[in-house]
Amino acid sequence: MSRQEIVSWARSCYEDVRFEKPRAWLADHPERRAVGHLPVYAPKEIVWACGMLPVGIYGGGDQVEIIRGDAYYQSYICHLPRSVIELALSGRLDFLSGVLFPSTCDVIRNLSGMWQLLYEKIYVRYLDLPQIADPDLATRFWERELKTLADDLSEISGIRASDDRLRAAITTYNEVRSTMRALYRARGEAPWRVPTEEVYLLLRAAEVTPPDEFLAQARAYLAAVEEDTSRPKDRCRVIVVGSFCEQPPLGLIKTIERAGCYIVGDDFLLGSRLNQQDIPVDGDPLHQLAASLVRGAARTSVLYDPDPEGKPRLMPQQVRESQADGVIFAAPSFCDPALLDRPMLRAGAEKAGIPCIAFQYSENTGQFQQYRDQAGTFSDSIKLWGGA
Amino acid sequence: MSTHPTGPIQITSPPKNRGEVPKDDSMVLQKNMIAEHFRQLEEAPQTRTPVVYTFVPGNLTELVRSFGALPVLPEINALQSGMRGKSRDYIAEAERAGHSEDVCTYVKCDIGQALAGNIGPTGTKLPKPDLLLLSYTGCYTFMKWFELLREHYGCPTVFLQVPYQGDGRLAPEHRAYLMEQIRTEVIPALENVTGRKYDEDRLRHYLSLSRQAEDDLVAVLETAKRKPSPIDAYFGAVYYVGPIFSAFRGTEDGVRYYHELRREVEERARAGRGPITPDGPLDEQRYRLVVEGPPNWTNFREFWGMFTAEQAVVVASTYTKVGGVYEFGFRHDPEDPLGTMADYCGGCYTNLNLPSRVDMLAHYVKEYEADGFLINSIKSCNSFSAGQLLMLREVEKRTGLPGAFVESDLVDPRYFSAANIKNRLESYLQMIDARRQGVGA
Ligand code: SF4
Ligand code: SF4
Repeated sequence: MSRQEIVSWARSCYEDVRFEKPRAWLADHPERRAVGHLPVYAPKEIVWACGMLPVGIYGGGDQVEIIRGDAYYQSYICHLPRSVIELALSGRLDFLSGVLFPSTCDVIRNLSGMWQLLYEKIYVRYLDLPQIADPDLATRFWERELKTLADDLSEISGIRASDDRLRAAITTYNEVRSTMRALYRARGEAPWRVPTEEVYLLLRAAEVTPPDEFLAQARAYLAAVEEDTSRPKDRCRVIVVGSFCEQPPLGLIKTIERAGCYIVGDDFLLGSRLNQQDIPVDGDPLHQLAASLVRGAARTSVLYDPDPEGKPRLMPQQVRESQADGVIFAAPSFCDPALLDRPMLRAGAEKAGIPCIAFQYSENTGQFQQYRDQAGTFSDSIKLWGGA
Repeated sequence: MSTHPTGPIQITSPPKNRGEVPKDDSMVLQKNMIAEHFRQLEEAPQTRTPVVYTFVPGNLTELVRSFGALPVLPEINALQSGMRGKSRDYIAEAERAGHSEDVCTYVKCDIGQALAGNIGPTGTKLPKPDLLLLSYTGCYTFMKWFELLREHYGCPTVFLQVPYQGDGRLAPEHRAYLMEQIRTEVIPALENVTGRKYDEDRLRHYLSLSRQAEDDLVAVLETAKRKPSPIDAYFGAVYYVGPIFSAFRGTEDGVRYYHELRREVEERARAGRGPITPDGPLDEQRYRLVVEGPPNWTNFREFWGMFTAEQAVVVASTYTKVGGVYEFGFRHDPEDPLGTMADYCGGCYTNLNLPSRVDMLAHYVKEYEADGFLINSIKSCNSFSAGQLLMLREVEKRTGLPGAFVESDLVDPRYFSAANIKNRLESYLQMIDARRQGVGA
């Protein structure tokens, strides 16, 4: 398959707001089930081990017109939940047997209650991620939550999440994550060959397709990239921070890169990469899943940081690791986690002399001129002066 | 969340003689308690009294006090700043320092206050915290708020994760998790900063005092079932819950205050009188309402006045449950200190899921024989506001009554539109009239 074909496949997954891919997977075997999850993190391994397809629900982006969703949300609440409600009310999510709501923020938390009120027959689970400093206690808590989830989902699917099935699912998702890391590595090494738009589309595809399908496509893509002989352009390298939940429109990602900033680090779709290392497949699988999240989760706004130095150091560390020149703080409007964290992260970056800019977007933003101007000026200033 | 109300006592007193503002004994008592508390706080650095900052929902005041420490509740500082007309400047200060326009204004008000010298509600300087006790009870913003304060003060922080009642109950494993955290994280942190050992007998004693005050508070709130209601269960009750939601749960002062308050309210009830509002007594009551959501503090008196002008009294509110829900039977239990603290935290209103909040509102409408209900949606509070439009419809469905929806903010005066709210309230009350007359019912 050519690189172009792979990217078209990924784009078709991204544009598929009727969720035809998971529907087709379900149609293959009538006894199959699918479970949706909101951003940021859900333990997909457990869903998969119960024989169900985990489906990421990231709203309608700029493709879904909001007709009913606005009647459910005041104007001062971010855009994501209204487009999620729009998807649901228009029947686009009617293939799901359950929906998981992680403790990303109070909007998603309260959306879990709305689902309970609106869809009494659908399984709804709020996932209270472990937050405390003591890793042993946090692991015990999370393991117990995972056990409840596994038991509940096993009942719905009729397939018990046995240890063997869980280990197989962990192995599968270890491969998914390691392939995603390879994509990010390839982009970091040669962003002129691996545009963020393409990496992003592949990651979005992973949210709605079975893991083996994603793996085949992503591996083929990586192989195709090897053949690419494009030359670097005179652009700066940036990391984009704050876009872990409501996703920026694809046009915005392209705009940043075209305006002169190679994106070499980001937190788009962070949930699928929150576990940064492989999860061990020996021992008790639920324990390993829990312990890996507690000990190995990426630092993010949705988790408490027990280390007082954690926030101020985070940007310098990420900039160093990605060999970036600056940080773009790009957060959805009205997004508590991203916007409350921003002053702490930005202060840490600026103290270390790292150039930064900040803006807000909405998943359905359609005009990119202001972003183009801002990113262009940012890139020019970095290239000219090495900083703002 | 939000809040808690230890507002300026004098505004609830009726001006009987011109220039003279008589006060009920409970009001005087509360005012003195607050003044004394802030005096102690001001002197804390000299008296070497440890100071613990924590939040209203899930506050472990008895435990904090059992270590000889004094609690400070930043939400209260913020709301007081709103009432004293200071919040606009504090918010501007925080926004200049890089805080977004779109986030909780309590946080910005508090940060602005800290940046401007940390002068508390009574005009005295507030001490720095020796410990931030981050009781994570039903509001995501709490986590960021104390991460921000931790940066500002550079003091130790202990995190208490209160699992959300996603399934409408505090699961046994969640209760156990809470107890274990209190035992292995919170108590050692308090021991560290205070230099004192955990004293369970002292804690039990304080918990028994809490229980007495809680009995009296419930009795006070339930008087609103009477007609006329002797209290306003929203605007008036934010003062009543002040002591118990903050520094005075588990204290002798708290017990005295609630005892006195109950005596006064029951006396008013016996006499068939209504509550005392800033605009005088509200004995004639045309509308009985239930309210969901925090009040606006910058225009509190004006907001209340809109209700009083229409002879509308609030008979129950959810906001007055953010620091603890007592009316369905929960009381602090000295026989089970850690378990009772876990139950308390888990049960605060902010920690309840949407279906439970809908149940509670529908219950209030029925039990308190309300004519309708109103949601005050707060612009910068996702914890309360996200989902309220669906709650409105659900409560309407359950009760068969239409609801009203108004919007404002806690402490950002830019978002209080008096004309808008007044119009909506008036049209809503007219609709209630029309229904009474059988028009458009
Ligand atoms: S965009 Fe931000 S506020 Fe909105 S649902 Fe996501 S995390 Fe919550
Ligand atoms: S977001 Fe709401 S509940 Fe949370 S601190 Fe702010 S006002 Fe209180």
